[in-house]
Amino acid sequence: MDFFANLALGFGVALSPVNLGLCLIGVLVGTLIGVLPGIGPIATIAMLLPLTLNLDATGALIMLAGIYYGAQYGGSTTAILVNMPGETSSVVTTLDGHQMARQGRAGTALGIAALGSFFAGCVATAVIVLLGPILSQAALSFGPPEYCALMVVGLVAATVLASGSVFKALAMTFVGLLLGTVGSDIETGAPRLTFDIPQLAEGIQFTSLAIGLFGIAEIIRNIENPEARGVLGTKIGGLLPTLADIKQSIKPVLRGTVLGSILGILPGNGAVLSPYASYTLEKKLAKDPSRFGRGAIEGVAGPESANNAGAQTSFIPLLTLGIPPNAVMAMMVGAMTIQGVIPGPQVMTKSPELFWGMIVSMLIGNAMLVIINLPLIGLWVKLLSVPYRLLFPAILLFCCIGVYSVNNSYVDVLLVAVFGLVGYVLAKLDFEPAPLLLAFVLGPLLEEKLRQSFLISRGDPMIFVTRPISLVLLLIAAALLLIMILPSVRSTREEAFHG
Amino acid sequence: MKKNLLSIAVAGLMALAGTASAQDYPTRPVTLVVPFAAGGPTDTVARLIGASMSKTLGQQVVVENVAGAGGTLGPARVAKAPADGYTLLLHHIGMATTATLYRKLPFNALTDFEYIGLVGESPMTIIARKTLAPAKLSDLVAYAKENKDKVTLANAGVGAASHLCGMLFQSAVGVPLTTVPYKGTGPAMNDIVAGQVDILCDQTTNTTEQIKGNTVKAYAVTTKARVSSLKDLPTTAEAGMPSVEVGIWHGVYAPKGTPKPALDKLVAALKVAMKDQTVVARYGDLGLDPVADADVTPGALQAKLKSEIDKWAPVIKAAGVYAD
Repeated sequence: MDFFANLALGFGVALSPVNLGLCLIGVLVGTLIGVLPGIGPIATIAMLLPLTLNLDATGALIMLAGIYYGAQYGGSTTAILVNMPGETSSVVTTLDGHQMARQGRAGTALGIAALGSFFAGCVATAVIVLLGPILSQAALSFGPPEYCALMVVGLVAATVLASGSVFKALAMTFVGLLLGTVGSDIETGAPRLTFDIPQLAEGIQFTSLAIGLFGIAEIIRNIENPEARGVLGTKIGGLLPTLADIKQSIKPVLRGTVLGSILGILPGNGAVLSPYASYTLEKKLAKDPSRFGRGAIEGVAGPESANNAGAQTSFIPLLTLGIPPNAVMAMMVGAMTIQGVIPGPQVMTKSPELFWGMIVSMLIGNAMLVIINLPLIGLWVKLLSVPYRLLFPAILLFCCIGVYSVNNSYVDVLLVAVFGLVGYVLAKLDFEPAPLLLAFVLGPLLEEKLRQSFLISRGDPMIFVTRPISLVLLLIAAALLLIMILPSVRSTREEAFHG
Repeated sequence: MKKNLLSIAVAGLMALAGTASAQDYPTRPVTLVVPFAAGGPTDTVARLIGASMSKTLGQQVVVENVAGAGGTLGPARVAKAPADGYTLLLHHIGMATTATLYRKLPFNALTDFEYIGLVGESPMTIIARKTLAPAKLSDLVAYAKENKDKVTLANAGVGAASHLCGMLFQSAVGVPLTTVPYKGTGPAMNDIVAGQVDILCDQTTNTTEQIKGNTVKAYAVTTKARVSSLKDLPTTAEAGMPSVEVGIWHGVYAPKGTPKPALDKLVAALKVAMKDQTVVARYGDLGLDPVADADVTPGALQAKLKSEIDKWAPVIKAAGVYAD
């Protein structure tokens, strides 16, 4: 009974005209910054924090949350249309989404991304309502060793992201790990590979690396071969997914939603893994894995659902435990603190109108996003017919502004240029950047959790096998690795790709 | 042609800046640099103070987050900024500790700045996982001594408040404990609540709600006086550990050579902010103590900085940690 009373309270709060308006502003701003490469939700929320001082706490959080999940919707647009991931979550979408766009199916890709995200968003919100408090307690048992094992699974899966040579994918994974070690040592504070550049003391910015490797490199390649101008000039095709498309996507969307919801709850930013995990799963389950990387709709539907589900459920640790699982949630803590709501285990009981109002607003916001995004697809696709001599400088400008705004650091912008060149050379040599980026994201987390595990166990490696969750995860990683390394399996894999 | 226009515009701007004398200060928005990411506790303090000072000064005080390198990039930027009163710095205890934690810094905390005033001190609390046996601080010390091979002490990375307090705690206990570093207070708190690690000393900003929610065990607060939001929690001195006295104090600085009239206006505006109802109320929520009027002065901040540098230098040197 409590549950319905709570839900009614939530609807009462979220449906007030002011909060509806704030929710709409939030998702609109989120969509916009998601579409603009480089400007992410962290920078945007940071810039908008002072404005929220004049709002009440619930309204402010409804708006900021809208920006966050709105950006997940918008991010896929740029990834699909111009092969530029602005966020960790949209890296995977570039793989098949952009290929679909090249084949004239940009509208379909955008449509399935929006619908999949909507479905996942609604399910994940329901998960928060029904199971939030219980799940957050369960997620607490995910300590450093479990997390470390999860990262190992993620890294092994990284090589599956590549559609070319396994060895090149492995090489990229190691380069990514290496780049992830740049910055201060977590335990001693000693600088590593920083070359006395203070701006590197906290590591390389994800946005610099991602935008350089993917976006800038893509632009250089497009300028190089004007005839192979990707999407431009090709037929746009139907704007909305056909029934066959939807049929093909239903299962990936369902699986992605489940994966994303689970990973989002984990402490320490489990949500970053969700699109990668979903992509790996879909590729493994597919009858013909060789379609992946060449415009498979499952490769868009699954990861897009997973990242939105993860974005939504990552609110669970914040709202129920008062512990932010990632940088965006840490910003939300700041926003709450400025409002005088100190996040903690008591938020739910002490400020129920805030808790339930915000959750219900997510349902409403997700519906708004679909209503906004479906008609916009036509507009986005038209954007592609903008001549590249206008489009490219505009994209470059937004990239630079976005990257600069993260830390107000020019070094980050210079790094974009460096990684752009690197990305171009890698593309020329047929090295795929996705495994590098995944390893770059997971590497520092893996190192942190590995060292914490060893400190807690006083150097005893048995901590990884005596804890059941970590043992199971490591066994999965070993199995994945075996499948790839067994020569017979590998040869069939390469046949499949080169045949 | 374009270049000409630009140079005329620049010359015009410079002329404008020249005519506005220090008496008219401020005639344009003031930038308040915070050396940490937006949303953190220091950023929150800066935004509260900034909003209040904006009202008094009649110009917007804009918070700019220059995060990175353990909070040393922000002071470096401000030390090199024009000394015109339009670039200020809000920094915490790190202003004193980085002087020892970093063997080479691009600025000198004692010679490169003008001081405006202290803006508040956040107490710290010694907490532990709920299932840890000892009930009192003295029992915890005995327990840590007996089980020094097992007890783990979490912190949020080199130079973090939790790291500083952890060093003091270990030197008071007398035996080194296994320290487990995290990237930030959030994950460290997660593992305390989950019982993965044993002890954490962190700011009340982060711990008060967990203590009230009974998800962690609290032993003591590290300030001279008890904290109003946690009345039942003894101070470290009351609990028999007077040497563990630490608070995360904040101060506002300007580049060396900032004109006196501008500094006077800033001190006055800061004094008003410390009595601002909104600031006082939020300070209460955060467990921060507003600063007495007499301490919102350049002299008080300078004295505090000097004494804190002297206090932390031997502790950090004894622990043998450096961030560069």
